[in-house]
Amino acid sequence: MKVTLKIWRQKNSSDKGQFVKYPVDNVDAEMSILECLDVLNESLILRGEIPVAFEHDCREGICGSCGFVINGIPHGPERATTACQLTMRHFKDGEEITLEPWRAKAFPPVKDLVVNRRALDHIIEAGGYISVATGQAPEANGIPVGKVIADQSMDAAACIGCGACVAACPNAAAALFTGAKITHLGVLPQGEPERDRRALAMVAQMNVEGFGNCGNIGECSAACPKEISLDVIARMNQDYLCGSIKRRDDLPTPISPDLAEA
Amino acid sequence: MKLDAKIPSGPIEEAWSKACFDMKLVNPANKRKHSIIVVGSGLAGGSAAASLGELGYNVKCFCFQDTPRRAHSIAAQGGINAAKNYPNDGESVFRLFYDTVKGGDFRAREANVYRLAQNSTKIIDQCVAQGVPFAREYGGSLANRSFGGAQVSRTFYARGQTGQQLLLGAYQALERQIRAGTVKMIAKTEMLDLIVIDGQARGIVTRHLVTGKYSIHIADAVILATGGYGNVFYLSTNAKGSNASAIWRAHKRGALFANPCFTQIHPTCIPVSGDYQSKLTLMSESLRNDGRIWVPKKKGDARPPNQIPEDERDYYLERRYPSFGNLVPRDVASRNAKTLCDEGYGVGKSGLGVYLDFSESINRLGEKVIRERYGNLFDMYQRITDEDPYKVPMRIFPAVHYVMGGLWVDYELQSTIPGLFVLGEANFSDHGANRLGASALMQGLSDGYFIIPNTIGNYLATHKFAKVEDSHPAVQQAVTEVKSRIDTLLSIKGKRTVDSFHRELGKILWDYCGMARTAEGLTLAIQKIRTLREEYWKNVTVPGSGDDLNESLEKAGRVADFFELAELMCIDALHRNESCGGHFREEYQTPDGEAQRDDEHFSYVAAWGYTGPGAAPELTKEPLEFHYVHPSQRSYK
Ligand SMILES: Cc1cc2nc3c(=O)[nH]c(=O)nc-3n(C[C@H](O)[C@H](O)[C@H](O)COP(=O)(O)OP(=O)(O)OC[C@H]3O[C@@H](n4cnc5c(N)ncnc54)[C@H](O)[C@@H]3O)c2cc1C
Ligand code: SF4
Ligand code: FES
Repeated sequence: MKVTLKIWRQKNSSDKGQFVKYPVDNVDAEMSILECLDVLNESLILRGEIPVAFEHDCREGICGSCGFVINGIPHGPERATTACQLTMRHFKDGEEITLEPWRAKAFPPVKDLVVNRRALDHIIEAGGYISVATGQAPEANGIPVGKVIADQSMDAAACIGCGACVAACPNAAAALFTGAKITHLGVLPQGEPERDRRALAMVAQMNVEGFGNCGNIGECSAACPKEISLDVIARMNQDYLCGSIKRRDDLPTPISPDLAEA
Repeated sequence: MKLDAKIPSGPIEEAWSKACFDMKLVNPANKRKHSIIVVGSGLAGGSAAASLGELGYNVKCFCFQDTPRRAHSIAAQGGINAAKNYPNDGESVFRLFYDTVKGGDFRAREANVYRLAQNSTKIIDQCVAQGVPFAREYGGSLANRSFGGAQVSRTFYARGQTGQQLLLGAYQALERQIRAGTVKMIAKTEMLDLIVIDGQARGIVTRHLVTGKYSIHIADAVILATGGYGNVFYLSTNAKGSNASAIWRAHKRGALFANPCFTQIHPTCIPVSGDYQSKLTLMSESLRNDGRIWVPKKKGDARPPNQIPEDERDYYLERRYPSFGNLVPRDVASRNAKTLCDEGYGVGKSGLGVYLDFSESINRLGEKVIRERYGNLFDMYQRITDEDPYKVPMRIFPAVHYVMGGLWVDYELQSTIPGLFVLGEANFSDHGANRLGASALMQGLSDGYFIIPNTIGNYLATHKFAKVEDSHPAVQQAVTEVKSRIDTLLSIKGKRTVDSFHRELGKILWDYCGMARTAEGLTLAIQKIRTLREEYWKNVTVPGSGDDLNESLEKAGRVADFFELAELMCIDALHRNESCGGHFREEYQTPDGEAQRDDEHFSYVAAWGYTGPGAAPELTKEPLEFHYVHPSQRSYK
């Protein structure tokens, strides 16, 4: 089949950027959309043009590197599918497919389809962990964790940190991402001692990074390739509220939201 | 050169604790004065950087992805082994040790493997405490399953995302240290050379992948945890960015490279579908617990699998290996699939595939149970192939997956360059000539959490570290060499893309240095690689400049290193006149087609030294001694 890729081209963060259309022939239905971009890039290189920059690594839907907006939807039209796993059989012969980067204040553009997502690391850095140093751990079966709780934790822990939820949100909020980590750790007995502080610290960081406020619209969860449920946001709000009451005098200070390249 | 593996004397059970006791310690107040570079943020690097930060060292950690959480370890699916013996099925530290030495076809160092088995239980404790959501039974205890090559259930897992969850545990520990200020994380940055001063590893030269800026980083010790080099084959199950550059540059600065030809070809991957294909997708080995592997008994049988009656199917692994059946180790399973496909029994359009069939398990256990165990893998398969494995058997074929080869390290994980330590898949590792499933994650975390924090202290406490200025001639020379290589790659402006060369190189290796090797084929491969490499340096084209994000340029540097490594792999495979584990030389096989080792002549680690451009590498042997597991012909019958 043949398609036309209408791609956002932007040389660097200060360039204005614009859409450019590229016809791609010899598209195979079994290719992923990233492989379709590979094919385009090979031909651009041979024509002496600059290939399209996009992030990717595992190409198995697990590392969270890839991701751009495809025909208006982060990661494209397929449910629970990352861009790297989206095959061309979901498009029609002759279709024009629009590709553009995540757009959010907290994700400054880098080049073409690549944006800087370091703000998500900062949210984890602020408190997305259990403070246990190497060697301090008790015997693993010492604290039983019921299967239901373990599954609930795993459901939330499946987040790959891709940022699609932010891109899908009209307010560019990072509530689904943050709530997922708060839930993953907070439901486990091991994560309980730091539960309040974790929620306070991570939410505070989310706010200084320039993410918007959650308006409970739900676009995030619909776009999430790992189908993280909106319940995690409810849990985040609950933990935050409890934390603010209990620890009013001990609020963590956010770290600097510096995104400059090292 | 003589290699001293520094294996402690005395009984193997006490070797590690004795070694730890004998090691010199760094005074807590002095730890922050010591700087350590960790290249890599996967299971090995991430766990090392976090643990060293916790101890108070001054750590810098590097990765080429935009965040440490995306290291390739994230993709591991199946699980991690540990000698916990929760199922009470006969597991013990000794059995895990025994299985690993035997599975590796007696080409690993006993003391290292024993220590790995000992550490395995602490890893699970550590990960659970960090919040890794391992699978649980209803009663709340941890669940286990069995994995290829093992008859006990010693594998811990988190759905089909074990690597992801373990890595997130290490990543979160790392972020905690970043917050605490002990670790500085430098992402989107590639190490391009090692700085060696007065014989000691003292730093690295890097390029920032977004700004193109070169930087010099000086430290008291350097740790490489940069993962495996399976991508030398172009098509592999590794992430696209996985590469050999860091260890290859260190090799060229004096670190010996051990057993480069020991490659693992994984039996259960989705077959190749077209020329555009950019990578291969693994279907976790755990599927072999409930799936049965078969091919039609008739050559070229084109009927759909459901129409082939039971008695016209050849469940060849169950037939040939009645006691292990579908759970034989990877090298055995892969080789059998290849042989049958070569003989014309393969299935699918290309004929390069065998069936992995779940119908019996689904009938026995119900679809719900199978969905619970493998749901995400089945979904992934369906997404890629558009076939429903609940109804039609999967088609699978072997693919390059893991490398047992890597930089030579001693018992303290130190390479032949003092102050250069190598962890995880990047070292030549504890897996001999074939790795058992679910033991790479174990090794990476054992190296990072529990070994390096002890051994690096011993090095730091017993060496002196003069201040190194950026103007030091060795530093400046490294920087100049890095820049000039990149400038050269940009200036060739030939007619072929980096990927087209990489694909061709990969094909040569796959054909001649893949699942079956011969002296004749390997000799030819070396010629072909040299010719192609010459063409590369004349005819490659790299668009754009070195001043911004330029993936073609990143790839060009990596592929240049792959060319040199590929040649060394063939040289190593050619010199090893025996078959062992994943290294199968057709000339050396038992009458029934199994790998035939030659312990008299090849019971050693082959460690190769770099001697200059185009010059023949120099071989040093580390003899292997077996005091606890007596080498025997591996049998899984
Ligand atoms: C698909 C798949 C499934 C697997 N499943 C299992 C399993 O179930 N069980 C099991 O035990 N093993 C499994 N393995 C093997 C296992 O995942 C790996 O061997 C292991 O994770 C490697 O970890 P590592 O820390 O050594 O390297 P990696 O995780 O590969 O990390 C390498 C790090 O080095 C960095 N890096 C590399 N080069 C440079 C450079 N030049 N400059 C700067 N940084 C650099 C990268 O950014 C990254 O952070 C699997 C492997 C694959 C491919
Ligand atoms: S919550 Fe979903 S969409 Fe958001 S970062 Fe995680 S995986 Fe991506
Ligand atoms: S490339 Fe890793 S999730 Fe898509």
